[in-house]
Amino acid sequence: MALTGVEIFKLLPKTNCKKCGQPTCLAFAMKLAQRQASIDQCPDVSEEAKQKLGEASAPPIRPITLGTGARAVKIGEETVLFRHEKKFVNPCAISVKISDNLSQADAGKVIAGIMESEIDRVGQKLRVDAAFLSNDSGDASKLAALASLVASKAPELPVIISTTSPDAAEAALKPFAGKNAVLYGANKDNLEAMAQKAKDAKAALAIAASSLDEAAELTEKAKAIVPDLIMDSGARKAGEMLRDNTYVRRAAIKKGFKPLGYPVINFVGRGDSMLETVVAVLSVTKYASIIVLDHLEKWQSLALFSLRQNIYTDPQVPMQVQQNIYKVGDPGPKAPFLITTNFSLTYFIVSGEVENSKVPCRLAVLDSEGLSVLTAWAAGKFTASKIAQFIKESGIEAEIENKELIIPGYVAILSGAIEDKLEGWKITVGPREANGLPAFLKSRA
Amino acid sequence: MSFAPPKETWSGKTFEITIGNGAKAVKIGGENVFSFHGFEGNYPNRPVIAYEVQDIPPDDWPQMVKDVYAGVSADPVTWAKHCVEKLGAKAIALRLAGTHPDKGDISADQAAETVKKVSSAVDVPLIILGSNHAEKDSVVLVKAAEAAKGTNALLGKAQEANYKTIVAAALANDLKLIAMSELDINLSKQLNILITQMGFDKERLVTDPMSSALSYGLEYTYSVMERIKLAALAQNDAVLQGPMLADVGMYVWKVKETQALEADLPQWGNLKDRGVAWEAVTTTSLLVAGTNLAIMRHPDAVAAVEKFIAEMEG
Repeated sequence: MALTGVEIFKLLPKTNCKKCGQPTCLAFAMKLAQRQASIDQCPDVSEEAKQKLGEASAPPIRPITLGTGARAVKIGEETVLFRHEKKFVNPCAISVKISDNLSQADAGKVIAGIMESEIDRVGQKLRVDAAFLSNDSGDASKLAALASLVASKAPELPVIISTTSPDAAEAALKPFAGKNAVLYGANKDNLEAMAQKAKDAKAALAIAASSLDEAAELTEKAKAIVPDLIMDSGARKAGEMLRDNTYVRRAAIKKGFKPLGYPVINFVGRGDSMLETVVAVLSVTKYASIIVLDHLEKWQSLALFSLRQNIYTDPQVPMQVQQNIYKVGDPGPKAPFLITTNFSLTYFIVSGEVENSKVPCRLAVLDSEGLSVLTAWAAGKFTASKIAQFIKESGIEAEIENKELIIPGYVAILSGAIEDKLEGWKITVGPREANGLPAFLKSRA
Repeated sequence: MSFAPPKETWSGKTFEITIGNGAKAVKIGGENVFSFHGFEGNYPNRPVIAYEVQDIPPDDWPQMVKDVYAGVSADPVTWAKHCVEKLGAKAIALRLAGTHPDKGDISADQAAETVKKVSSAVDVPLIILGSNHAEKDSVVLVKAAEAAKGTNALLGKAQEANYKTIVAAALANDLKLIAMSELDINLSKQLNILITQMGFDKERLVTDPMSSALSYGLEYTYSVMERIKLAALAQNDAVLQGPMLADVGMYVWKVKETQALEADLPQWGNLKDRGVAWEAVTTTSLLVAGTNLAIMRHPDAVAAVEKFIAEMEG
C-alpha cells in the first residue's frame, strides 16, 4: 500500500540538499506521496530505501505502454473509482480487430482506416490506438502474414497479437520485437510457453481467463516471467463486464490486491455496429484500459473518442480553446463580429448557435483561463482592457469594414468601458444566452 | 489463490416512484446500489426510456428526426399514439414547446387541452414538460396539472425561479414532480429541500441535474449524477434519494454532430448513424452514471439503448 509523506520522509537522507529541486526532504517526500515526483530525482537515497519506496509507490494498477515512438500509448495507473475524485490517468486504448481470414487487400483497407482515423478535437489528436490481429484461421502462417503486412504498412501502429498457439505467437511477434506489442491469449493450458514468447519479444502478455479467480491465479504465475500483464476476465456481455471491471478496480485500488493490479481488456464486438458502440460506452466509462472493436466506422470512432475525452478530462481543469479569432461560415468584411470566453463549452455552444443562424460571422475567443462568461467577468479575466488589448493586437481591424463588436448580454455593463478603450469601435450588446443568437443575428442580416 | 469479490453494499437506497396508472404504470428507482449493479445488491427497476412528443410540429428538430415522425407530428395525439402503438414507447414525454413566448406563445388553457387529449389517447404514463421558460411554465404547468389530475403523471420542470406554483399544482393534483437545477449537486439539494419544505413528499420527487450532450459538457452531468447517487447511497442523504431524470434529446439534437452533412465533414462519417449514435451514447453513459428515466427522440437510438439495457440485465 502507498506510504504517507511522513513515512517516506523517514527513508530519505534528510540533508535538505535541494538536488531534487525541492526546498527540503520533507517537501520532496510530500511530492512523492502525491506521485508528483520520482525517487530517482534524489541522488543520495540508499538502495534499500529505493527498493522499499519502489514497492510501496508502485501504482495499484500497473502502467503499461503499447507501441513505441509517436503513436505509443500508456494505459493503467488508475487511482480512483469515480472521476470526480481525481482525474482518470491514462485514457483507454481503442483497438480494432483485423482477422487473419481477411485477404491482404481487405486487411490493408482496415489498416488504412485505422491510420486515417485521427480527428482533432479541442486541440487533442484523437485516433484508434492499436490493431488487434486475430488468429481466427488457426493457421500460424496466416497470422504471420497479417503481422508482416501491418508492420510494413503501419510500422508505428501498436499491435495486439491474438492467438492461443505459442508457435503462431512467436512468428507473428517477430516483426514487432522491441516495439512493445501485446500478446493476447495466455490461458491455463499455454501460460508458460506464451509468457516465454512474450518475454522473448519484449511484449506485454494478456491473460485470457474464464473468471476473475482464474485471472488472479494466472497473473501470479505469469509475473515471474513477464511483469507487464493485461487481463481479460472472460466477461463478454455488458453486464458481466461492468461486474468484473468494477471488482478489479476496487480490488486493486481499495484492497491493494496485487494479482488483479493490471489493466483490463474488454471485447465489445457485436454484429450490430450501433449496439457495439453503446456497449463500448460501458467499457470507456467503467474501467477498461483496452477496448477491442469489430467495426471501424467513422461516426463510431467520433462518438467513442468524444466520450473518452469527456470521461478522462480533469474535473478540476476546464477544457479550453485557444485564444483566436475563429471564422464561422465564410464571413465577408461586413460580417458580424462577436466575442466570448475560451471555456470549451462556451465556445462550442456559441459557435454552434452562430452556425445554426446560418449567418457567417467572426468569433473572437479570449483566453479567460477556461472560465465561462459570467465567471470570467467576476474573476477579472474578461475585462474591458483585456478585450480591447486582444482586439487591437489581433490585427482584425485590417480585415473588416464595420468596427462593431458584439459582446455577450451578461457583460452589457462592459460596453461603455470597451468603447472608451477601443477608439472608433461600436460595442453592441448581444443576447444573454447563446440560444438567443440565431434570432439576434437573423434580425440584423 | 482465491479471490473474494469486493462487493459494496450501502445503507441508503433511492425511492421507488410509480408513474401512471394501471397495467402500464412504470416504476423507477428503489435501488441500494449503483446503476446495473444487481450483482451486489438490490436493483429492482430497469431504467425507463420515454419518447418525446411536442404540442407543436418539431420545426427546429434536424431533418432526419423530423422525417421519422413525418405524417404524425402535425398532431400531438397522433404522434403520441404512433410512439406507443408503432414504436412500443413505455412512456410519453409531452413537451409543451409551443407555449414558449418565442414559439407561438400558446395559452395555458390550450396547452391543458392538449394534455387532456394526449393523456386520454394513450395508456402509458405521461411526463408533462413545459417549454423551459420559467415565467410561462409557472402558468402553463398549473393548468396542465389540473388537466392531468388523477393520471399520476410526472410534471416538470420545477426550477428555482418558478418552483412554488408548480409544486403547489403537483400537490393539488396528486402528480409526481421533476425538480431541475443546473449541474451542481448543491443546487439540486437546495431546490429539493425548498420543495419538500412546501409539504411536497420527497418520495414523489424526481431529480433532474440537467443533461448535456456528448462532447458538450457530458462529463459535468455524468459526474453530478454519480455524486448524487453516491450521496443517496453512501451518505443516506434522503433529500437526494429521488430517482434521476436525463432529458437527453433536446440537448443532443441541436449540436453540430447531429446536423453536419458528411459532404462537409467527411471524417465524421455518415450523418444518419452519427446522429443516432450521439443520442444513444449520451443516454447510455448517463444511464451508467445513475439515470433512472431518460427522454429521447430517435427510435433507432432508443432501440440501441434498450438492447444495451437488456445486455446489462442478461
